[in-house]
Amino acid sequence: MPKDSGIGASSKRREDVRFLTGAGNYTDDINIHGQAHVFFLRSDIAHGTISSVDTSAAEAMPGVVKIFTGADFEAVGGMPCGWQVTDKHGQPMQEPKHPVLAHGKVRHVGEPIAAVVADTLEQARDAAEAIDVDIAELPAVVDMKAAVANSDNKVHDDLTSNLCYDWGFVEENKAATDEAFSNAAHVTTLELVNNRLVANPMEPRVAVGDYARGTGDHTLYTTSQNPHVIRLLMGAFVLGIPEHKLRVVAPDVGGGFGTKIFHYQEEAFCTFAAKACGRPVKWTSSRSEAFMSDAHGRDHVTKIELALDGDNNFTALRTETFANMGAYLSTFAPSVPTWLHGTLMAGNYKTPLIYVNVKAVFTNTVPVDAYRGAGRPEATFQLERVIDKAARELGVDPIALRRQNFVTEFPYATPVAVEYDTGDYVATMDKLEAMADLSGFEARRKASEAKGKLRGLGVNCYIEACGIAPSNLVGQLGARAGLYESATVRVNATGGLVVMTGSHSHGQGHETAFPQVIADMIGIDESMIEVVHGDTANTPMGMGTYGSRSLAVGGSAMVRATEKIIAKAKKIAGHILEASDADIELKDGTFSVAGTDKSLAWGDVTLAAYVPHNYPLEDLEPGLEETAFYDPSNFTYPAGAYACEVEVDPDTGKVTIEAFTAVDDFGNVVNPMIVTGQVHGGLAQGIGQALLENCAYDENGQLLSASYMDYAMPRADDVPFYQVDHSCQTPCTHNPLGVKGCGEAGAIGSPPSVVNAVVDALQSAGKNVTHIDMPLSPARVWAAMQG
Amino acid sequence: MYNFDVERPGSVADAAAAMGREDAQALGGGQTLIPTLKQRLASPSVLVSLTGVSEMQGVCSTDDGRVAIGGATTHATVAREAASLYPGLAALAGHIGDPAVRNRGTIGGSLANNDPSACYPAAALGSGATIITNSREIAADDYFQGMFTTALEEGEIITEVRFPVPEVSNYQKFVQPASRFALVGVFVAKFADDVRVAVTGASNEGVFRWSEAEAALSSDFSAGALGGLSVSGDNMISDLHGTGEYRAHLVGVMTERAVAAAS
Repeated sequence: MPKDSGIGASSKRREDVRFLTGAGNYTDDINIHGQAHVFFLRSDIAHGTISSVDTSAAEAMPGVVKIFTGADFEAVGGMPCGWQVTDKHGQPMQEPKHPVLAHGKVRHVGEPIAAVVADTLEQARDAAEAIDVDIAELPAVVDMKAAVANSDNKVHDDLTSNLCYDWGFVEENKAATDEAFSNAAHVTTLELVNNRLVANPMEPRVAVGDYARGTGDHTLYTTSQNPHVIRLLMGAFVLGIPEHKLRVVAPDVGGGFGTKIFHYQEEAFCTFAAKACGRPVKWTSSRSEAFMSDAHGRDHVTKIELALDGDNNFTALRTETFANMGAYLSTFAPSVPTWLHGTLMAGNYKTPLIYVNVKAVFTNTVPVDAYRGAGRPEATFQLERVIDKAARELGVDPIALRRQNFVTEFPYATPVAVEYDTGDYVATMDKLEAMADLSGFEARRKASEAKGKLRGLGVNCYIEACGIAPSNLVGQLGARAGLYESATVRVNATGGLVVMTGSHSHGQGHETAFPQVIADMIGIDESMIEVVHGDTANTPMGMGTYGSRSLAVGGSAMVRATEKIIAKAKKIAGHILEASDADIELKDGTFSVAGTDKSLAWGDVTLAAYVPHNYPLEDLEPGLEETAFYDPSNFTYPAGAYACEVEVDPDTGKVTIEAFTAVDDFGNVVNPMIVTGQVHGGLAQGIGQALLENCAYDENGQLLSASYMDYAMPRADDVPFYQVDHSCQTPCTHNPLGVKGCGEAGAIGSPPSVVNAVVDALQSAGKNVTHIDMPLSPARVWAAMQG
Repeated sequence: MYNFDVERPGSVADAAAAMGREDAQALGGGQTLIPTLKQRLASPSVLVSLTGVSEMQGVCSTDDGRVAIGGATTHATVAREAASLYPGLAALAGHIGDPAVRNRGTIGGSLANNDPSACYPAAALGSGATIITNSREIAADDYFQGMFTTALEEGEIITEVRFPVPEVSNYQKFVQPASRFALVGVFVAKFADDVRVAVTGASNEGVFRWSEAEAALSSDFSAGALGGLSVSGDNMISDLHGTGEYRAHLVGVMTERAVAAAS
């Protein structure tokens, strides 16, 4: 029987009531008396030297409060980068200055050159058109390999080249890996592109800066996944405002997908300008601005090689990747193609030797950073594609080849520096084969043939590292932040609880799922528990939500704080019941003395904590509020097996997905309905990457896919009815909930199965097609079929 | 968006008068114009909204058996009210954009804009329709003059479009994945004495008639009659979503499918 409350119950998402009835409070809903509006004049040139910015005519325009240019921010810090990668020679990455407003040069289309603050947005926009900007255009740096080969045309004149870093991992394995390749019975090589994506959350970015002249307090309302991180980065590194004078609020946020992790110029600008103008300053991104100012995702160009012995065992893996950083380093950009990518190259397989080389490159494009999955989709895609290609070259069943090379014993230390604590890849593959009815595929293929369609089957596995991350480990790897999470649990006098968490919910359903955990721990109704998040003023310092970390790390902090609450409540109960607290049991919201009929209700104890008349005041403080910080001892390793069946129209190249089955091992599951929804969303984004989405630049650095007219988002009729299962559960061994995280899995696991399926369909028709780069648009598939 | 005046005339005469104002711009459903204004890519001084002109609304049969559609009639209305009169046209209208677009966008607005990827130009040219304005009648063969270019004079308003009704017809649209406009759309109409084939989405010159296919189908109206025929990709649109060669190929495929589906 499914549970109807607590852990394992599909409790309805309580936050959806306000979201679906127009009662949400998003940043754009926040309007402060007297606020002015800012319009950013953005570069329409990808690369050029700014000769002059003349604002004199614009300043005289109606409603203009103040106009800012790069010169106004010379005394201010640049946008900080939160991760320093060390290259294969032991040298730190090249780290260019990232100004709030362009100064000296423009480096990508969309970079803000000037900011006009005016009474209304239309006035600001009118005035921006009157600014006279003179830019001497330079050749744009767009192609990554050309950018590395040619240091004469540099994105940043003060750097030695366009190379941010050349990373080798694990450098000590390189010689042995090369040796294994020279001894291999078979080597499969694949060159591929992991296409650049735009995250496109439904809610665009918004920032409202406010400054209280009377107290000197700054407030920033912003669309962020991690308000505490923004407060620290912006306060300490950009504007020089100490945390106690800066409050950052991220209220309801309408989707993030990674792109709202980062600290953006517009946030710093609105905070700065509110004080400089003496008025609150608001910015709401247009969708057009989002395309050219939200950090993009992916954009890797990779060559991967897999070595096998005569028995088809994987003996070595070698990759070379060019990773686009864009024009500047976004907050966590350097970590994505390195520590979030190289460490996952073992996948689900016991390949003994792995060497990963990544060259991160500056180009005159929008900065690239984490997008749902962040490095792990790029690792999974190339690995699962090259395995599929190897199976076809060797004439063996792709599933059998995978099974033969599965990691089967845990814990398993990979050659790429991580240790999988638990998993069962055989079980997920068994489940997949049954659920997806793979034995019935040939019959379905014949049915497709009968209507003139080519049917293909693609299968792949994935593993990801999430629940990020052990702070001491990431510190060694170059992170300039810790990656713990926090929770304060406040019990009110009448027994209700408030959980104040550093995790941030922007679609994940924390307000529903977190109370399910505490409800089980105490034995009270979920409705007695409320989650507060998103405001640095009323939550403890926390690192926010990304990397499928909230329940695994934030939830663990909440469990630890609740354990402290229960321990203290037992002492109070023991005092009142005149028993040792060691003898007090808490079950179904009632404290009782073991072996007796003496008991107290949860509410009696919480009331006593705040009305301490009969209370051990000499031993115990009044009140019932506890805080815990939880720093994980390892990553968590969700894993799964996916199957996709496609039909290809041989006349047009159009691919339709006929069936998609996702079997995931997320460890323990708190709310199966929410987990299923997370997988659905991830699959839609993964299928979007595989078939539709393509952020493209021309050779002049102009964004070709700058609106929904050219950037194809997946729509309801582009995706099938999914089969999703998460009944294969190997609980995480090192966090108190045994949970692993589910937010990114769908986006990580699905692109390779789609491409594998299309290649299978075309090969079944005798086409000599071994790979097509994503997105597999009709035009690309048709072109591939022409040979 | 820049400031502008709005006129809401109630008659064609008043609309024509309003269009005489300097920098006046006719506004149909605004499905292209409003986004253009929001992007500040156009700055008319006055918008003349045509949706309040009742004589430009609706679908009816004329005495000579043609279907007449008011210039300010929405796609959704055409899809509904032309369904029995001209099913091929109604089906085309019913698949333009999405429900929001179909309930705002108008046939006159679409034909006046003549987007190279729009659906209606294929229906008008493929049917041999007559574009009726406040001052004259223009045959479809003379009306479409290239991408976003038509025979309309400044200030001229499309008040009605008259469609001869073919024996059978069909429109096949292969959508561009992002915009879902036609990457290639082919309208095939079989009349008693000839066949017309109009292609949208493909050419740098906008909608065009594929005369070789028309000739072949006029003597044998079957998909097989198209065997061996192809159009050149040389002057076809080439972009992120497909090369000219691909579009040329799709013209053949969509024409075959339209003939096979025509009823």
